[in-house]
Amino acid sequence: MSHVLRSRLRACLATVLMATAAVLFAVALWNGRTAGAVVTGRTGDLLTYPSPLEVLFSPDGGRLYVLCNGSDEVRVLDAATYAVIKNIEVGRVPRGFSLSPDGKRLFVTNSWDDTLSVIDTGTLDVTATWHVGAEPSSVMEDRAGRHLFVANRISNDVAVLNAQTGAEEKRLVAGRGASYMTSSPDGSRLYVTHVYPNLAEHRSVPESEMTVIDTARAVVVDRIPQHGIAGVFHVAISADGRLGAAADLHPKNLVPLAHLEHGGAFEDTLTLFGADVGNKTVEVPLDELERYVARPFGVAISPDKSRMYVTSSGSEIVTVIDVPRLLGYVRTHRAPFVQDLSASANYVVARVAVGRDPRGMAFTHDGRRLLVANRLSDTISVIDTRTNRVASTIEIAGPKQLSVLRYGEQTFYTARYSFQGQIGCANCHIDSTFDGLEWDLEPDGFGRDIVDNRLIEDLKDTDPYKWNGGNPNLPTECGPRTELYFWRSENYDDLTLTDLVTYMRSLKPRPNRWKLPGYELTAAQERGKEIFERKVDKFGAPIPLTNRCSYCHSGPKGTNQKSFDVGTKKATDDYAVMDTPQLRNVALTAPYLHDGSAATLEEIWTVYNPADKHGRTNDLTKDELNDLIEYLRTR
Amino acid sequence: MMKYALKKSAMFLAAALLGLSARAFAAPPDMPHYRFENFTTANGLPNDHVYAVLIDGDRIWAGTDDGLGLYENHHWKTFTTKDGLAHRAVLSLALDKRTGDVWAGTMGGLSRISGGRIDSFTQLNSGLSNNVVYGVSIDGEDVWVATAAGGCRLNLRTGQWALYNERDTPMVEIWAYGVTATPTKVYYAVWGSGVLEYDQKTKVWDKYEDPDGETEMVLFKDQGLIHEITSSVSYVDNVLWVSTYFGDSRYDGRYWHNFLTKDSGLPSNFTNNVKGVDANHAWFCTDRGLAYYDGVNWAVYRPSLTTGKPEMIVRDAQGHVTQVAVTTAPAHNYVNNIDFQGGDIWVATSKGLSHGILQR
Repeated sequence: MSHVLRSRLRACLATVLMATAAVLFAVALWNGRTAGAVVTGRTGDLLTYPSPLEVLFSPDGGRLYVLCNGSDEVRVLDAATYAVIKNIEVGRVPRGFSLSPDGKRLFVTNSWDDTLSVIDTGTLDVTATWHVGAEPSSVMEDRAGRHLFVANRISNDVAVLNAQTGAEEKRLVAGRGASYMTSSPDGSRLYVTHVYPNLAEHRSVPESEMTVIDTARAVVVDRIPQHGIAGVFHVAISADGRLGAAADLHPKNLVPLAHLEHGGAFEDTLTLFGADVGNKTVEVPLDELERYVARPFGVAISPDKSRMYVTSSGSEIVTVIDVPRLLGYVRTHRAPFVQDLSASANYVVARVAVGRDPRGMAFTHDGRRLLVANRLSDTISVIDTRTNRVASTIEIAGPKQLSVLRYGEQTFYTARYSFQGQIGCANCHIDSTFDGLEWDLEPDGFGRDIVDNRLIEDLKDTDPYKWNGGNPNLPTECGPRTELYFWRSENYDDLTLTDLVTYMRSLKPRPNRWKLPGYELTAAQERGKEIFERKVDKFGAPIPLTNRCSYCHSGPKGTNQKSFDVGTKKATDDYAVMDTPQLRNVALTAPYLHDGSAATLEEIWTVYNPADKHGRTNDLTKDELNDLIEYLRTR
Repeated sequence: MMKYALKKSAMFLAAALLGLSARAFAAPPDMPHYRFENFTTANGLPNDHVYAVLIDGDRIWAGTDDGLGLYENHHWKTFTTKDGLAHRAVLSLALDKRTGDVWAGTMGGLSRISGGRIDSFTQLNSGLSNNVVYGVSIDGEDVWVATAAGGCRLNLRTGQWALYNERDTPMVEIWAYGVTATPTKVYYAVWGSGVLEYDQKTKVWDKYEDPDGETEMVLFKDQGLIHEITSSVSYVDNVLWVSTYFGDSRYDGRYWHNFLTKDSGLPSNFTNNVKGVDANHAWFCTDRGLAYYDGVNWAVYRPSLTTGKPEMIVRDAQGHVTQVAVTTAPAHNYVNNIDFQGGDIWVATSKGLSHGILQR
């Protein structure tokens, strides 16, 4: 081969390689998967990632506000250049934000501080921090500027604050896990959604609700039932006020996972409501027969109501829906639609791959761009709404290196490891908590060995796992057991599993809302503590060691990590001996007992402890039982 | 002498006649007149036995023996245990004016009706002291409850239940029949234990008892509570109104005044409920009709005890009694409860719910 020929061949090869690299880079960019943090290996360092959760534009469209859930900030960007104007520090774990109708104030809910930061959008300074309910998750001001409405996830209510002073006037009873809200276009109504289902009869179909608030009177005027739905996230209403849509998780927790047909453990759906659908609720699936859009979270309706966009945090995509086709389908077909996974083909027009754990969205004023906050990529995908493609990706400045914890968190939230991408850990452990459901997990027959979903905060050193204590450690619990029963596929490599377990072990408990600021106990809590720790009953008889509250529920986390038969075995259970659950934040995790049969803490003893096997309690008066519960709520 | 005697007699007779005619022609006190429209199962009421009535603007809530009725836009809607109500028999009702939530005390627990959703609290699933809830009253974030096993308070913000019984209050009996809560004081009517007072500021309990003890004699009239067997309390304008099964009382913080049939216009000493309008005006729900007291005069509204025909009886300060011609009356003499809608009244009776529309 001549030198010239060899040179030409080299040049040709180089061109091909460069072209291939360019194509690969373009594809990668289009997918949005390489944008953001540059991965150079996983570090064991504790790094703080911004974790953009929500985005919104200023009324004039000049600024982009980015709520950074991981770094406890609001980042203010120039909406044209995306250059940072200012980073504003707010409270711990901010979860929601909104602008006042005049755009002069930005309100931020700080979910771990139970506060609301008020930011002056002129100076971009925090001008006030107001106390609200437990785990505030979203906020809206009414048009008249009289009231602020704050959805509190843990206290299950909506706080009504004086919009000028921040003084709380009252709390409206919401559903369980009140978290997201939107306003009707005229501002007269607020629609509040909930991440947990309302407490219902044991082993009944989950029931959630959309709480409707009259903003002028600041009272609840309606509760739109959401039958069969457990977790509901963002809700949006079209500009003409005729169509509303909420992102739902529709669990199939009443049948064994192995027996599921027409979908996996969850269906990913939208609840439509409003005049366009006959002023009733219509639940429509987002999934396809062999492809799931796990955990719909954000919903946005284009200004002209032609398109609807839904982020799926587990599947890492944005689903684009043709609204006229959706309405046409709903009007011409017979409900229910939710079991029909072929339905979505009638109205879904695109699936746009974005970053990891996509959450909130915002349209540019002209509606030609849709910005999507990718929480675990630290990026914002900019979708061209005419082409339904990612036009660009904005990087939210943060650590360049991926840490072990971050990778573990990404693994926790993604659905990519499960069969057909059906679910991820966060499906049942919403925002790394729980889901308020009881599940029939194993293929041992219908209705056998029902298990309540436990909180996973502060999980470190509480092994064994599973209600029957069958999994000796987290790698077993999260690895083979999860792959067998949930993912139905063998997917984790050792390193991934290690990172996931490391993340799980790092989960801190949320602040306990029943503890006084100095951690001293109230009189009732003190009396309850004495009952918890007592060694003799009220008749002077010694209480056997294994029948004392403080023996099994010992230690800082409230478990001695052993298993006991506390008399709670049901006819449907194969096991009588149960692992002692930790008590961390126990007040939040109703229902109780291994199968979730006790709707409240009280029922553990008033209904399910007739033989005093679950602690000596039948000698207690009602006052004393109340005291014991007051103490338990501080754990 | 005889002539003088005749003259004196004539003068006495004339004076007597004059007096009689003055009485005969004196107008009775101007007491409110009502036209009563009655609701029974025939026109949609869930059950004719109505224990409690509550007005919330244009919405009328009726606690009946078989469900909770809501009258709105001329239609009745019934809430039952299928809707989540703790028990079919609803004994008491209270409105949280801040939120619009309605609280219902039932024979099987306490229910909250909020935006159409009903949440029920029982002695098994919550800290409620007993399922038989005779009374409920709201003050701010606190729901005060009167039960067959004492009183209790649910703090809506913390979810904490505090129980009040013989262990931590001067309550001898624990059968709490009624409760009224205000920002300053909370009063419990406790069957057999008089009235308990809770000072919201000092958090100290006090007790008001019948100075005659548990007898049915009235040896110390106007020197204390009329009787230990109390059935309800009402606290308005710093005046406490108390009903018992043996007469009623008014207490202004210094002086007591007792009401008995023998020296007032009260139609019966057996009073199920009293509701003060202000410091001087109150309504009494008795087993023999509904009575109104304006601080001086009395009016009784009922079907006649003998003929069943509508009657209104007015008694003035001097004890003069006048029958006023009326064409309507509450549905029954056995009156359980009352609430107000502007000038109108709504009356819960054992045979229906009555809407008293103010005529003048």
